[in-house]
Amino acid sequence: MREFGYQRAFDVPGAVALLGAEPEARYLGGGTNLVDLMKTGVERPALLIDVRELPLDRIEATDAGGLRIGATVTNSDLAAHPEVRRRYPALAQAVLAGASGQLRNMATVGGNLLQRTRCGYFTDVAKPCNKRVPGSGCPAIEGEHRNHAILGASAHCVAVHPSDMAVALAAFDAVVTYETADGPGELPLAEFYRPVGDTPHLETVLPAGALITGIVLPPAPVAAVSRYRKVRERASYAFAIGSIAAALDVRDGVVQEVRLAFGAVASRPWRAREAERLLTGGPVGAEAFAAAADAELAAARALPDNGYKVTLMRNLVVAVLSELSELPGAPGESGTTDLSGEAAR
Amino acid sequence: MTTTTTGRLAVVGAVGTAHTRVEGRDKVTGAARYAGEIPFAELAHGWLVLSTIARGRIRSVETAPVLEMPGVLTVLHHGNAPRVDGDYTGPMGPPDPALLVFQHDRVPYAGWPVALVVAETSEQAREAAEALVVQYDEEPHDVAFSAGRPGTYTPADTPRAAAEQRKGDPVAGFAASAVVVDAEYTTPEEHHNPLEPHAAAAQWDDGRLDVVDSNQGSAFVAQELAKLFSLDPGAVRVRSENVGGAFGSKGTRPHQVLAVMAATVLHRPVRVVLTRRQMFSLVGYRSPTVQRVRLGADPDGRLRALDHEAQNLTSTQREFIERSADPARVMYDADAHHTVNRVVPLDVPTPTWMRAPGEAPGSFALECALDELAEKCGVDPIALRVRNEPAAGPVSGLPFSSRNLLACYEEGARRFGWAGRDPRPGIRREGRWLLGTGMAAASFPSGAAPSTASVTAEPDGTFTVRITAADIGTGARTALTLIAADELEVAPDRISMRIADSDFGPAMIAGGSMGTRSWAWAVTAAARDLRGQLALGGSIPPHGITARSDTAELIGALPARERHAFGAQFAEVAVDVTSGEVRVRRMLGIFAAGRIVNPLTARSQLVGGMIWGLSMALHEEAVRDEVSGGLVGADLASYHFAANADVPVVEADWVDDPDDEDPVGIKGIGEIGIVGAAAAVANAVWHATGTRHRHLPIRPDRVLLAGPGSHRQSS
Repeated sequence: MREFGYQRAFDVPGAVALLGAEPEARYLGGGTNLVDLMKTGVERPALLIDVRELPLDRIEATDAGGLRIGATVTNSDLAAHPEVRRRYPALAQAVLAGASGQLRNMATVGGNLLQRTRCGYFTDVAKPCNKRVPGSGCPAIEGEHRNHAILGASAHCVAVHPSDMAVALAAFDAVVTYETADGPGELPLAEFYRPVGDTPHLETVLPAGALITGIVLPPAPVAAVSRYRKVRERASYAFAIGSIAAALDVRDGVVQEVRLAFGAVASRPWRAREAERLLTGGPVGAEAFAAAADAELAAARALPDNGYKVTLMRNLVVAVLSELSELPGAPGESGTTDLSGEAAR
Repeated sequence: MTTTTTGRLAVVGAVGTAHTRVEGRDKVTGAARYAGEIPFAELAHGWLVLSTIARGRIRSVETAPVLEMPGVLTVLHHGNAPRVDGDYTGPMGPPDPALLVFQHDRVPYAGWPVALVVAETSEQAREAAEALVVQYDEEPHDVAFSAGRPGTYTPADTPRAAAEQRKGDPVAGFAASAVVVDAEYTTPEEHHNPLEPHAAAAQWDDGRLDVVDSNQGSAFVAQELAKLFSLDPGAVRVRSENVGGAFGSKGTRPHQVLAVMAATVLHRPVRVVLTRRQMFSLVGYRSPTVQRVRLGADPDGRLRALDHEAQNLTSTQREFIERSADPARVMYDADAHHTVNRVVPLDVPTPTWMRAPGEAPGSFALECALDELAEKCGVDPIALRVRNEPAAGPVSGLPFSSRNLLACYEEGARRFGWAGRDPRPGIRREGRWLLGTGMAAASFPSGAAPSTASVTAEPDGTFTVRITAADIGTGARTALTLIAADELEVAPDRISMRIADSDFGPAMIAGGSMGTRSWAWAVTAAARDLRGQLALGGSIPPHGITARSDTAELIGALPARERHAFGAQFAEVAVDVTSGEVRVRRMLGIFAAGRIVNPLTARSQLVGGMIWGLSMALHEEAVRDEVSGGLVGADLASYHFAANADVPVVEADWVDDPDDEDPVGIKGIGEIGIVGAAAAVANAVWHATGTRHRHLPIRPDRVLLAGPGSHRQSS
């Protein structure tokens, strides 16, 4: 592999300055994705700036009543945090549904947002890939695409974003905070990832050299009754083929508020706003849930081998919303949602 | 100085009792060394460069810039590599053309070796290898495998097995059958990727070639290297002390040949280690199969006609037959009986033996078809099999050496709780999960191959056994220790078991479920001889007293028989048809597989096979990209196999089944654990959902699209 430098940063301005001085540098969080990509030659940074020692490892309540999650909080600490589990259970479930215990101990929140797709063409330097080598083509469209995007893809790239955590964050209107040499900034997660278009190699709208410093979760009482469900090709240690983060507030049989986000269907976490709009103010029940799912998925454009995802997502919407609507208790009262993720046995 | 009789403990009966591995402590403490980490002075490191095209010619290898890179010593390729001799017949026939590395400019498949960069460090070699530019003249390739596609042919018979066997009149048999099952089953390309990657280091030591390797048979590798490099057989020594898994993949492979080439050119030791991704094209794999099974039966399920037609792919370089139709020749009789294994050459790497070659995919098709017949006849799946239990080899007519399959059904059914099972599919529900149970039968050939061994009585009262056995993680070293101890009537800790050194003489490989049996036979024979010598009395000289054995004659004198291990597999599954998820809840395998030498490691071997069967049923599948001709996701993140969370309670046990012809009573348990396991899972999925899944793996998308119940078929 290419020889590279390694430097540890101890404060945020220092980290940003280091990156500014070396255009081929990368920030290193847990390294659970970047180091793998370096081994396979997909990433060839000249310098790694280790940001794990930055003072960004806290989870704090915000004045507004939400949570601020530091960028270097590990996945394990995020999933275990009592306030996350109480106020945003789907977020804890999503994190626990990802990777393995060892990886979650290393992986960081900031890195999780920036992890790369696991598309088999992207990870193999012997094959073309527009995301890795712009203009080289997208063989997945004609080739292996069973786990590729059904929403928001383009003729240039059909890869999906691999994060579970980001799906729950999308449902809860998370905001990404960052630091640049010119000062701090923030981006709603809904605007954080770029549409694929003809530039699949450009994945976010983060300014050049920016360092993610954290995530702010606004207060969302509805999130207290929330659920993350992930379907994958084996029970653990696999990326989703379809996942859903959902929160539901029902009073007197009428939907007061609903949050829905899909994972493994697009190049970014897919907030299902059309389904949310249709459901809000309407009745609960399998019929209403299915109609909302269908409306959201009307935009789906399946390739020959990934059309099952449309069925899968529709079924997941119905199953998870049905489950939430049948839970006793209103938002704020439900601390009993299954946090361990569903097991078959 | 001890005498031959004093100092020996009258301990008999180590065989059959549980023993931890004799090298277990070394392995868990890291003291055990593997081929990729054994130090050599002045070691240079080779890194392979593989073709990125699937067919064509190498136009140029642009070595000049790479030779300027730090630490680079040489770049070997077809333009400068030493010549090797491929004109011979080795123990496995003519050499695999993939071993004739860098002998021409043709590229027959994606992932073919085109260059080896050798440098002072492994990192330098890798960086240079990744920088090496190779230009190709690309030609159109064809990697598309399908049933009966052009180019498919019936291969010639081999001395060991006929490609096609026919008995009676299938047309008449099916016409006369009240019930007929006619179904096509497929299994995908599957890979055996041991935890320890392939690694070999070669050096010249005083005119002898010394290779430190990780393989399944050091004598075979030594013989192959001697032929390739035109050396006297005695001038090659291959050792393979510890092996971190093999599964059929660790024979002679290009990296060993390349280590020798580079050591020869550079006059210093060279090691070549494969990467995980390289293993996907260089060490063999299981071919995908398409299998059509037709069963014709009377209303009570008694078979009148059986037809199993199997097809696999091979490379353009070498014919490899995945003998999926063979189990039918052993398992079930019918007046009309037809089996054939066909093959089609494509621009892909050559497949090889992978855990239960033939039986693993073949039993999936055959045992699922039996389940379909049971459904159609309204007969319990075990009762159906009992009804069709043959008295002698269905095709050969030869007697079975022993066939305790009925005892496996009986014990398995009792322990699994099969009695009273409601055969109706799709009616048991627990929340979102549909539940079902399934079973299948298993068989795998039992055999022994000639081997040599020596046993030395040492002056200190211990015994040293030398045999070119291979312990590929199975516990063979420990099993042989117990066998030697019993034969010599001493405690196992008095035995020093030395294996995996070709200087010890020819011996069977760890393969075909024949390793332990073949080696045990040779060890037993030498130990008996030694006991005879020691019984004469007298003191033991400083160099000890050694007896040697060669079992060629004994094994050659065995009468013709149907020799097999048998088993019954059971599984319970939960299926969510709205998400497509399948979870196996429990598995049970009961085997009749000869005398069990070490129950501890035997159970581990069988359970490992069953888990592999679960994995085969639900997860494993390599995806070949028709455009590039290579694999997509050739790594262990993308190539899914069962994770711990997928593996439920798995129980393996056995019935009493000693083989009377074998001095120890062994039949061999290397491979039978996987056989039938995937069928048991697939049959349970049908029982849960009412849908037949005839294409492996049973992925969520397939379950989802098949939908619930209603006896539909998957596409």
